[in-house]
Amino acid sequence: MSSTTADIENGPAEPLPIATASEARLFWIRFCRHRLAVVGLAVTLLLYLIAIFAEPIAPFDPNHSSARLVYHPPQAIHWLDNGSLRPYVLAFRLQRDPVTLAATYVPDPHRKVYLGLWVKGDRYDLWGLFPGDHHLFGPVDARQPVFLFGADRLGRDMLSRIVYGARASLSIGIVGVTCSLLLGIVFGGISGYFGGRIDWAVQRVIEFIISLPTIPIWLALAAALPKRWSPLTTYFCITLIISLIGWTELARVVRGRFLAIRSETYVTAAWLDGCSQPRIIFRHMLPSLTSHIIASVTLAIPLMILAETALSFLGIGLQPPAISWGALLKEAQDVNSLAEAPWLLLPGVAVAITVLALNFLGDGLRDAADPHAH
Amino acid sequence: MARFIIRRLLGMIPFILLVSFTVFVLIKLPPGDFVSNYAANLSASGETVNQATLIQMRQEFGLNAPFLVQYWHWIWGVLHGNFGYSFKWQQPVGSLIGERLGLTLILSVSALLFTWAVALPIGVLSAVRRYSIADYLVTFVSFLGLSVPGFLLGLVLMYIGVTVFGENLGGLFSPQYLNAPWSLGRVIDLMRHLWIPMVILGIQGSASLIRIMRANLIDQLHQPYVDTARAKGLRETTLLVRYPIRVALNPFVSTLGWVLPNLVSGSVILSIVLNLPTAGPMLFDALLAQDQFLAGAFLLMLCALTVIGTLLSDILLALLDPRIRVQ
Amino acid sequence: MRPTRMPTDSDAAAPLLELHELRTVFPLGQGRVLKAVDGVSFTLLAGRTLCIVGESGSGKSITARSIMQIVGPPGRIAGGEIIYRPYPGRAPIDIARLHPRGTVMRAIRGRDIAMIFQEPMTSLSPIHRIGWQIGEPLLAHRLADRKAAHQQAIELLRQVEIPNPETAVDRYPFEFSGGMRQRAMIAMALACGPKILIADEPTTALDVTTQAEVLRLLTRLQHEDGLALLFITHDMGVVAQIADDVLVMHQGQIVEHGPVERIFHDPQHPYTQRLLDASKKLGMAAPPARPVVIAQQPLLQVRGVTLTYPVQTSLFRRPQVPPPAVRDVSFDLYEGENLGIVGESGSGKTSLGNCLIRILQPGTGQILYRRHDGTDMDLVALDRQALRQVHREIRMVFQDPFASLNPRMTVARVIGEPLLVNGVLSGPALSQRVAELLAQVGLPRDAGQRYPHAFSGGQRQRIVIARALALNPRLIIADEATSALDVTLRGQILDLLLELQRSRGLSFVLISHDLGVIRYFCNRIAVMYRGEIVEIGGADEICFNPRQPYTQALLAAVPEADPRRRNLLHAA
Repeated sequence: MSSTTADIENGPAEPLPIATASEARLFWIRFCRHRLAVVGLAVTLLLYLIAIFAEPIAPFDPNHSSARLVYHPPQAIHWLDNGSLRPYVLAFRLQRDPVTLAATYVPDPHRKVYLGLWVKGDRYDLWGLFPGDHHLFGPVDARQPVFLFGADRLGRDMLSRIVYGARASLSIGIVGVTCSLLLGIVFGGISGYFGGRIDWAVQRVIEFIISLPTIPIWLALAAALPKRWSPLTTYFCITLIISLIGWTELARVVRGRFLAIRSETYVTAAWLDGCSQPRIIFRHMLPSLTSHIIASVTLAIPLMILAETALSFLGIGLQPPAISWGALLKEAQDVNSLAEAPWLLLPGVAVAITVLALNFLGDGLRDAADPHAH
Repeated sequence: MARFIIRRLLGMIPFILLVSFTVFVLIKLPPGDFVSNYAANLSASGETVNQATLIQMRQEFGLNAPFLVQYWHWIWGVLHGNFGYSFKWQQPVGSLIGERLGLTLILSVSALLFTWAVALPIGVLSAVRRYSIADYLVTFVSFLGLSVPGFLLGLVLMYIGVTVFGENLGGLFSPQYLNAPWSLGRVIDLMRHLWIPMVILGIQGSASLIRIMRANLIDQLHQPYVDTARAKGLRETTLLVRYPIRVALNPFVSTLGWVLPNLVSGSVILSIVLNLPTAGPMLFDALLAQDQFLAGAFLLMLCALTVIGTLLSDILLALLDPRIRVQ
Repeated sequence: MRPTRMPTDSDAAAPLLELHELRTVFPLGQGRVLKAVDGVSFTLLAGRTLCIVGESGSGKSITARSIMQIVGPPGRIAGGEIIYRPYPGRAPIDIARLHPRGTVMRAIRGRDIAMIFQEPMTSLSPIHRIGWQIGEPLLAHRLADRKAAHQQAIELLRQVEIPNPETAVDRYPFEFSGGMRQRAMIAMALACGPKILIADEPTTALDVTTQAEVLRLLTRLQHEDGLALLFITHDMGVVAQIADDVLVMHQGQIVEHGPVERIFHDPQHPYTQRLLDASKKLGMAAPPARPVVIAQQPLLQVRGVTLTYPVQTSLFRRPQVPPPAVRDVSFDLYEGENLGIVGESGSGKTSLGNCLIRILQPGTGQILYRRHDGTDMDLVALDRQALRQVHREIRMVFQDPFASLNPRMTVARVIGEPLLVNGVLSGPALSQRVAELLAQVGLPRDAGQRYPHAFSGGQRQRIVIARALALNPRLIIADEATSALDVTLRGQILDLLLELQRSRGLSFVLISHDLGVIRYFCNRIAVMYRGEIVEIGGADEICFNPRQPYTQALLAAVPEADPRRRNLLHAA
């Protein structure tokens, strides 16, 4: 056409990288603007790395108990040894108060236990498959115990137990949310796609489930699990229970987005182009759904983690010998034990950090998925 | 308006019936029953178990009847105000749950009011002063509130109580008032103890409400009617309160529908940790011991509380929003 | 009470508002700044109407908001003066120096200078009663107490011609129609008897007949009170009808200003010329560009089509059956001709278009489509498979160029999609064809790798047209294809469509509310009102010799872009 057309019509001059940036790239650019969300992403990835490689990362075997080291307090790391960088901790010894006969741990300044990276220590089988005995960090002399986070009532290293606990707690988050997602997509998708009576029925079921108070229902379901079952079966059942209640929120999101996208003009245009229904759903509608679903899923994981922690804490979730943060916190339930060893609360800090990081991440994903919402 | 309420009430009835059926299924879910549980405990502690006694107990408690018959007996009794008999406590359930449910309600409602009292002004401040230091601070703190489990806060509090103050901060009453009849002194004692679990529960709830209020208000602040109000020459605070905040109040109030159930349900775990004489600890014990009528009564009443919460939220919303009323 | 002042000679000469080099900027981050208003100066006189006209992005709205000091952050007034002279004897006030939330500015807003906005639905609070909102400025400026304000609100509603003001005053905005809401806004603005009324596109969102009524109301009230009216619009026709003086703005600057006669009949600046040409081109007096050669066989025969939207049933309420959206519509479309369907909102024209292409299923009736081989098929009765075949020959161009393109697909994929899914082309042959289509609609070759968000509204509409052409259709249904575009672009898009029609032998059904566009483009026009075709005939016949009263009213309401022919204000 004539050049005047181009003159009048040139919209805002978009640089080529932005103009050819796909929606996925734009999503990433929008996400990176939220600094807290990026921090959340980094922390989450770090936590999952720790959970995956728990065996070499934990300095000790989490089940190694020692009657002499019951409720050993945490040992502080001293970084400089006579001016050079050689981190060490001071070994503690038991000292009895002559009057009250109460035993307390005091640090012994003459016994230094040096720490190192990639040291040889307790044997393990990575994922039950690969034997090894090197740990990311730990005492240079493997026979010396080091308790950076203290020890519990059986003398077991809290740091190692917390690292192993990450595996159970975080994986329940992922598995649970996968189940919820499947249920949510199926029901939400069916509800949004068919509409009419089916939609009405599914909506009423969802409302019913949402209106039930979750924790009493969980208690009832979890208490119904036979105690005889193996930890693995219990694990899966707990995951299933938690995800059964949580899928409703995902189903609502899926249905809501589905309905919103379906009424978009470009979907009608695709139908007029001659696209088949599956093609419309998978190539035209699904990409829009994906970013919202990712955001909702990420925000659902912390709820699962909190739920498992609560149930295990009460004794009806994962139970010893299984190690999860909730099960670890059960030890802290008795106030007298807690008074003696406040470091028993540290798994709670781990829970809080995980949930916080996931919430920041999920919030950032949600903002990036729908920039017009705010 | 009255028609609206009646319609909703009528719609609730089949709902509650369905809930009661679900509850009954839940409490019958564990294998065995109270008698088998009792027998297992007996043999675990080394005592002998008399089979004849067991059979007689089963007969007495009506545990032999088919499922639906048991359900029917139960729900019929409930509708007449008879909640059944607690096997463990050897008392009618009604006398056990009354005060505990009442305290649960008091705790939940006060936590709700606390949540609203905190979330409303902070959410408004955060939205109006967007991207300021205050906003970031509030966002961070509310995230913190979302992340730390309530029972953990309870534990920390108990720890502080024992080590710093040397006393047990749990419970809702001082020892001398625990089983005393109601009096002004007891009420005051309750208030003094109530604020700790109220604050803990409230912090959890306010985190998400702050963010909801903030998001809704930000949406409203950019609406054209706010400009119209400004163009009339109104003072800024007046127009903010009268228009966008008032409009954003509607979705905020409608959150009552799920905030109250969450608080009721959250109070269950917190009560177990802090040893509060509310529904939570007794329900938990009843579930573990398969004391089915006691557990069933608690579950049913807790569910009923949440359903009532949803109803109240709908009514409140209809009162506040003419668009719903005039339809 | 609201003072009624007859304009005296000295008033008429007194400048109420003087702007000197006003600059309003929006910081864009990273040191960049958007100069929304860039050195604007003009004078507003009492008793006269000044129209600011410009396209989107010209800065006219921001200028108005700067005068009221309601430019929201991060925007701010960066320089210049806004001198307000309330009375000849009193000291003038520089509004630009005032704090936006200070007492002095608040006293001026609403009381001395009032403003009405474009969207009456969202500009009124949804949960406060109309009477309260109208009376509020009186309370805010302490000119009346509650009871008096309520009485005054009723009186004001009467003056803006809202029926039954005593009951209307207790209603909520959502209970009124668009035109009534705008009248209520006017009442609200005039409550305190201001000297200046700023109107920011108040009729853009209204139907043309409602627009005519509101314009008449505004000019009447202005004459009665001696107000200075600052009217912002993009519609040259409206300017011609009501303005005394005109300001033309483009990209934040005034390119021309002067009395309305001179602007329209002796414009100096090329941009003004362009605006005038664009609106005159689609005006009633201009020569049309519609096609000349038309075949005698009907392409489409529509008989008795009726469509009723299903109503939401609930368990307890009795379902009320709504009136049909399309009611017993029948017409013929001949091959090679352009048929225009014109009507206001709620007339059913969009629903009819959706029925023709079977996005919606009509309840009764037939739509007979003559295929290439001469056979007829009834579109209403077709199944999905056969419909797919028909959709290769009948295509649609939508109204909203932003919503009808999938933001996640490149332009090349969007245009190529119909070719791909119908198995017509693939691979390099497909890319070649896409490039050809892009060239035909006047877009550069490399546009294919970009995403829709990189293009302007007019360019996106071209992409939509390219997609519609991909399968070599015989009929294109264009539903308000130009309504979302600026006036200068409309003529270009219409010319593009006509050129494509000449080279490919297409037929068009153009649906629009804009009679000028329809007259320019179409051979025959069907006028719709409340679901029925009220009148149908040749374009010139309908436009110059309408028989039905509704068509006559519609035509009488179209503002002509000629200040010497002020049809609007003198109509009955």
